[in-house]
Amino acid sequence: MSTEQIAQIVDAKGLSCPMPIVKTAQAAKSLASGQLLEVLATDPGSTKDFAAWAKATGNELVEQTVEGSVYRFVLRKK
Amino acid sequence: MTVIAEPDMNVVAEPAPVVAPAVAPEPEAKPRDILIICYSGELEKTWATMILATTGAAMGAKVRVFLTFWGLQTFVKDSKRITGDGVMQKMMSFMQRPGVSHRKLSKMNFLGMGPWMMNKLAKQYNVASPKELLEAAQAMGVEFMPCQMTMEMFGLKREDMIDGLGDPVGAATVIGLMQGGDAPLFI
Repeated sequence: MSTEQIAQIVDAKGLSCPMPIVKTAQAAKSLASGQLLEVLATDPGSTKDFAAWAKATGNELVEQTVEGSVYRFVLRKK
Repeated sequence: MTVIAEPDMNVVAEPAPVVAPAVAPEPEAKPRDILIICYSGELEKTWATMILATTGAAMGAKVRVFLTFWGLQTFVKDSKRITGDGVMQKMMSFMQRPGVSHRKLSKMNFLGMGPWMMNKLAKQYNVASPKELLEAAQAMGVEFMPCQMTMEMFGLKREDMIDGLGDPVGAATVIGLMQGGDAPLFI
């Protein structure tokens, strides 16, 4: 994964539901199919929300890590 | 010596065997459209409408919001103070100021102290305001449909309303969408 280029980063740190998902959906629109999107969030609900978003939209949740209080998601545009 | 059999014209040619694809392609699941009936005008319910509308759009669903009764008042321009033509219509808008930024709480309103504290807390915890969510919803293609009857009853004109609303419709449009399979929400 680390060899692949992240096309765009969404910094949703500090934002509450539903803005991390809303900002991610808006950013994903501008990406081409197959490109990677990285999202940083601090909303604890986002771990479940991003899985649900990926499942509903068909985008792939490639990676999910947590560092301190920051959740990092890497998503691949469908 | 080779014998070439004459083709028997009475035998019906066997149909070519149907070859099933090894892996049946999974049908693309199309998310259900969402229909929110925005009936209430209180701050907390307006918030719920905006959160669900933006999230629905973010999840890839087509979201429509039908604006009726008190819910329609939310979509009057914030700058409008008094709306309507007759005395009663004017009084209605005077008693409850329209606009997304002037919503009251159904409980603990305390002459505006409740909403003031709620907005303060929302800012502190980085919760997007109903106005911000409304703008996001419009940017994401959420369709807002004003109720024709409510427009007339409150004397609201198109120029009183925020930009980007759809054409006013009636209850039949709403029921038709439900019958067509939209997931309905009454807020």
